[in-house]
Amino acid sequence: MAVLQAVVLVAVAVGGGAVVLAPEPLRQTLVLGVFGFALTALFFVFQDPDVALSEIVVSAVGVPVMVLLALRKVSQHDREREQQEDET
Amino acid sequence: MTRRGRLVLFTAAGAGLLAVLVIGFTGLPSFGDYHGVYGRVLDGVGVSERHATDLITALNFDFRAFDTLGEEFILFASVLGVALILREMRGEYQRPRQEEAEEHMFAGASAALRALALFLIPGIIALGVYIVVHGQLTPGGGFQGGVILGAAPLSVFIAGRYLRMRRLAPHQLIELGETLGAAGYALLGCSGLVFTGVFFKDSVPLGVPGHLLSGGQMDIASVLVGLEVSGAFLVAWTEFLDQAMIVSGGGR
Repeated sequence: MAVLQAVVLVAVAVGGGAVVLAPEPLRQTLVLGVFGFALTALFFVFQDPDVALSEIVVSAVGVPVMVLLALRKVSQHDREREQQEDET
Repeated sequence: MTRRGRLVLFTAAGAGLLAVLVIGFTGLPSFGDYHGVYGRVLDGVGVSERHATDLITALNFDFRAFDTLGEEFILFASVLGVALILREMRGEYQRPRQEEAEEHMFAGASAALRALALFLIPGIIALGVYIVVHGQLTPGGGFQGGVILGAAPLSVFIAGRYLRMRRLAPHQLIELGETLGAAGYALLGCSGLVFTGVFFKDSVPLGVPGHLLSGGQMDIASVLVGLEVSGAFLVAWTEFLDQAMIVSGGGR
């Protein structure tokens, strides 16, 4: 059990660092999802399945969807502005 | 500020933070060493006094139900903020609805993925309902099940049927569901006030431990919170989806 706890703690530490160091937002979102899975494993190993359940849904579905849709909206906005500038 | 100035500021602040953290961590009790009386007492009375086999749910919806009321309204208020910020503003307009045909393409999913997403929807809903109603028996409860239920419409989106779903379940309906959940939970607390004289005190028969209808008000609270949470996530996600798919224009 102690080994498992050490493994997930290291995974969370590495995952958190990887999210910060990821270069562009799109990849960062995917890394964030993986980090969420590491956190889920952490909660589960530390015997809190209730929080693990919340974490897996929020990190795998909740946050990425909002970030990805926001990114899409931003790029769409930029495209529209470029078109307007071309026309004028 | 110059680069050098920032570096000096960071070094000073970082050293201070490090010192505080070291002092704080050395004062912590050692790993797994718990001496809280409250926790030990609650640990012993979950099944005997509240007939709930999942202590976390007993804690959320019974012993500390008042805290959950606050948490619920934090979620409610933050989703209200999202809806307010993402409303259709001056200068923005809804694109003509030609994209109902292009909708299949929006999520960029292949035909196989779209079919799989449709196939998954009933399973997701069943799992969400299961988690909500078994809150007092197994890990999970209103919040966890509610988020799972809120994820089902995202499967609809991946399947390329979002605009059609939007006609079936307009914003007003989703908002009504969320409001009913939030108001219902507050009213549940008031029912305790009416029947027992104490806010959120259980006034429902406790039932047999391990049965589906046990734990008194926990089942009701779980369903109401599930309604509120799934509604809240749905409101947030539909606002985001509308912005990305339908609303266009508007300067900055």
